[in-house]
Amino acid sequence: MKVPVKISVQTEDFDVTTELKRIGNLDSTIGALVSFVGLVRDVNDDQIIKTMTLEHYAGMTEQALHEIAQAAQERWPLQGITIIHRVGELLPSDQIVLVATASRHRHAAFESADFLMDYLKSKAPFWKKEQTPDGAHWVDARESDAIALSRWQDKQNSL
Amino acid sequence: MIVRYFASLREHLGCDSEDISTQATSVDQLITELSQRGVIWQELLADNPRLQIAVNQQIARRHTPINDHDEIAFFPPVTGG
Repeated sequence: MKVPVKISVQTEDFDVTTELKRIGNLDSTIGALVSFVGLVRDVNDDQIIKTMTLEHYAGMTEQALHEIAQAAQERWPLQGITIIHRVGELLPSDQIVLVATASRHRHAAFESADFLMDYLKSKAPFWKKEQTPDGAHWVDARESDAIALSRWQDKQNSL
Repeated sequence: MIVRYFASLREHLGCDSEDISTQATSVDQLITELSQRGVIWQELLADNPRLQIAVNQQIARRHTPINDHDEIAFFPPVTGG
C-alpha cells in the first residue's frame, strides 16, 4: 500500500495542530499519532544564540527526505508520514522541524518517528549556522548523531 | 559540468556554483584538478577527510564515476534537524 507522505522544505512556520489533524484524518484505521518538533535553543555549547540560519541543497533535500520516508515505510506498518523542515533565518524558540508518523499502534509510530529524526539529522543536506555575540559559525556535526543512526543500521533495511 | 559548494565550503572557497569543463571521469580526479587551484582548495577538498560528495543529488564517494552532464556537489557533514 502506498503510504501518504508529506514532505515540505519551507521558510515559513508550520502549525503543529493543523498538521496533526491532517495526518490523523488520513485513514480511520489510524490509532497512534506521534510527533516530534525540533526548536531553536537559545544556548548551544555555552554560547548564546542570537539567530540561526539554515542552508540546504534544494532538490537533493526533498529527494533525501523522500528516501528516508520510504525506508521508514519499509520497516514499520505506517498509515502516514509528515516531514516539514524550515530553512532560512530562525530565532530562539522557533520551530525548525516536524516529524509526524501515523500507524494503527503506538510502537510503530514511536519507533519510526525516532528513526526518521536520526536519519534526517545524518542524511538530509541541511546546514546550521549560528550567530552569537562573538560572531557567526557553522555548527559541527555531532558524533552522537552518528551513534544514534548506527542504532538502526545493524537491523534490516537501513538506507 | 556543474560543481556546487555548500555551507562552510561555499563560504571559504567563495563560490556557490560553477560550470566547468574537465577531463575528469571520477570524483577523485575532479577533486585533484580543483585542488590545484590553491592551498585552500587542497585543504577543503583533497585533504579533507570529512568532505561529503553528491553526484546528481545522490550521496557519492571519491571513486564515483562522473561525466560532463553531471551535477557534482561538495559540502561538510550535514547538521539539520
